[in-house]
Amino acid sequence: MDIERRNNVTVTGNPRGRAVVLAHGFGCDQNMWRLTVPALAEDYRVVLFDYVGAGRSDLTAFSESRYASLDGYARDVVDVCEALDLRDAVFVGHSVSAMIGVLAAGMAPERIGALVMVAPSPRYIDEAGYRGGFSAEDIDELLESLESNYLGWSAAMAPVIMGNADRPELGEELTNSFCATDPDMARVFARTTFLSDSRDDLRTVTVPTLILECTQDVIAPREVGAFVHRMIADSKLVTLDATGHCPHLSAPEATNEAITDFLVRLP
Amino acid sequence: MCRNGPEPDCEKAPAAAFAALLEDSVEELYENAPCGYLSTLMDGTIAKINATLLGWLGLEADAVVGRMRFADLLTVGGKLYHETHFAPLLRMRGEISGIALEIKQAGGGRIPVLVSSVVKNGGNGEPLLIRTTVFDARDRRAYERELLRARRAAEQAHEQAEADRARLQDALAVLQQSLLPATLPPVPGVEAAAHYRTASPDRLGGDFYDLFAIDGRRFAFFLGDVCGKGPQAAAVTSLIRYTLRAAALHDPDPVAALTTLNHLLHERYTGDDPRYCTAIFGTLEPGPTTGEVTVRIASGGHPPALVLRADGTAGFLATPGGLLVGVLPTAPFTATATTLGPGDTLVLYTDGLTEARTGEDRTALYGDEALLAFAAGHAGKAPQAVIRALEDLLDDLGDGLDDDTALLAIGVPAPGTQSRTAT
Repeated sequence: MDIERRNNVTVTGNPRGRAVVLAHGFGCDQNMWRLTVPALAEDYRVVLFDYVGAGRSDLTAFSESRYASLDGYARDVVDVCEALDLRDAVFVGHSVSAMIGVLAAGMAPERIGALVMVAPSPRYIDEAGYRGGFSAEDIDELLESLESNYLGWSAAMAPVIMGNADRPELGEELTNSFCATDPDMARVFARTTFLSDSRDDLRTVTVPTLILECTQDVIAPREVGAFVHRMIADSKLVTLDATGHCPHLSAPEATNEAITDFLVRLP
Repeated sequence: MCRNGPEPDCEKAPAAAFAALLEDSVEELYENAPCGYLSTLMDGTIAKINATLLGWLGLEADAVVGRMRFADLLTVGGKLYHETHFAPLLRMRGEISGIALEIKQAGGGRIPVLVSSVVKNGGNGEPLLIRTTVFDARDRRAYERELLRARRAAEQAHEQAEADRARLQDALAVLQQSLLPATLPPVPGVEAAAHYRTASPDRLGGDFYDLFAIDGRRFAFFLGDVCGKGPQAAAVTSLIRYTLRAAALHDPDPVAALTTLNHLLHERYTGDDPRYCTAIFGTLEPGPTTGEVTVRIASGGHPPALVLRADGTAGFLATPGGLLVGVLPTAPFTATATTLGPGDTLVLYTDGLTEARTGEDRTALYGDEALLAFAAGHAGKAPQAVIRALEDLLDDLGDGLDDDTALLAIGVPAPGTQSRTAT
């Protein structure tokens, strides 16, 4: 199978540099990293991809059973690493992808040598003694609203992205592709993401790890960042002066600085 | 109604309305506009919100201003969407419009809304605050649901139609097969091969052919083309096939067989539904010792048979003057005969082949001359090889084929080759 085509793999940056794999989160695609790539391109070999079902991946390769667990998405990461024969790569994952990176590092330890977790959350639902940020009812409501497809993720965005004449640098590439997701496959990804509980997997991490959180993030509150930090031995936690769940978009400079600072110190 | 000239009320009405408009202060307009307004800090904290939106939310200003962020007003799905799409794009573009979200009401209800936001920048271009308008989209959402339902219904109907169509095609294919022999019977000292190609899988073809034993020594064959297509033509085809088979057993003379068919078709399909066909009917009579086969044929309006000789030549076996079968109460049919020696092959075909459109603009017809030249190129080959070559020719003609094509090749094997029969 042609993994590079299946996962719409893009390789850019410095071919001699250490590989940095940038993995998008739920409801989006590799375009999420557009403000991050320039900061890494000079010194690192930057690998971008779309999970199967997202962006411009090969939708025919989607299998509901494979992607009903985060392991299926982690398999995508390992497949991409193997296809490019990456060794000791740095995996940068946003949101649920941060946890997917943890699983992928467990599956292929020789491939992934460091983790950057951007706004990670191993468990979205509150429990006794744990605050994930969402009640069970919240998640039910979310999944229900996705079932009825009223959000129409990508469809709702299309008109916004179209009329972009005033800022052409955001134009062509973003058109139709910024966070394009197939609604049916997005539903599976949503269910997998928001019902998953990867808290125990955090203990398996043995590679150098950077955790980035925002001061105000309704999806991954500060308590979650602290929890992840506590569970991963020797991890580094950086709280970015940013709001929202996408610091790489809302505060790209600070995010890039934190990432590159971590990268240059890696052994 | 002011048609009848100025009346006191009419004079006053516009002035009063204008005065009322002046009464509508900017503040009043903001608070009670037919849409929701809110302004937030760049981190989403609500700084100002109008009465209309508070009314929809079922909240008091005190509970909202400075205490809630815009995302807090949304359902969970909307919140997620806001964080991952809305806010980043707003930051990138400075504005975003017409996004479908749902707001939560204090009572537990939800209102579908369309949200537009714009960033207000300070004097130095730094972003200061976000202005947002919220439109009630309940009616629109109901309409969209209706559209969605209609689309699903249309998709289901389409799937059903596709399934029905597939079943119909299967049935048609079975029917079509029933009009043709499943395999050609073995004929001693003779090889035979046939091919049938429908121009469209949706339509029953009107071409037919057959090869069958008359007695221990002689065999009969026919190939023809019914005028028209579809189920009616197929019914005629079926009738023709069994009529010719029965007629041949009664009297194998080719002219007699076609005459019987002519009578039957003319009598059966008279009036405003005439049905007729072109056909070649023939008999094969292997010589007892020579290895040669005597072929007698008669034609009713059908393109002439081709004979491919072992010496590499080819020619038409002319049967001029034969009328269409079934048009007139009595019709003349022309008979002729030839002898097939080892390596000779007789080829029957329908005009689907010769009337195939060729050329770049598909306006020229393939024609008799081209067919004759093609046949000469394959003279000396066994029937199966000739049929294969013709199949390749049909492939090349591609969408130039408008009509069905039936092909039947009968030959005497050249010395040293094995006698075989195949469809």
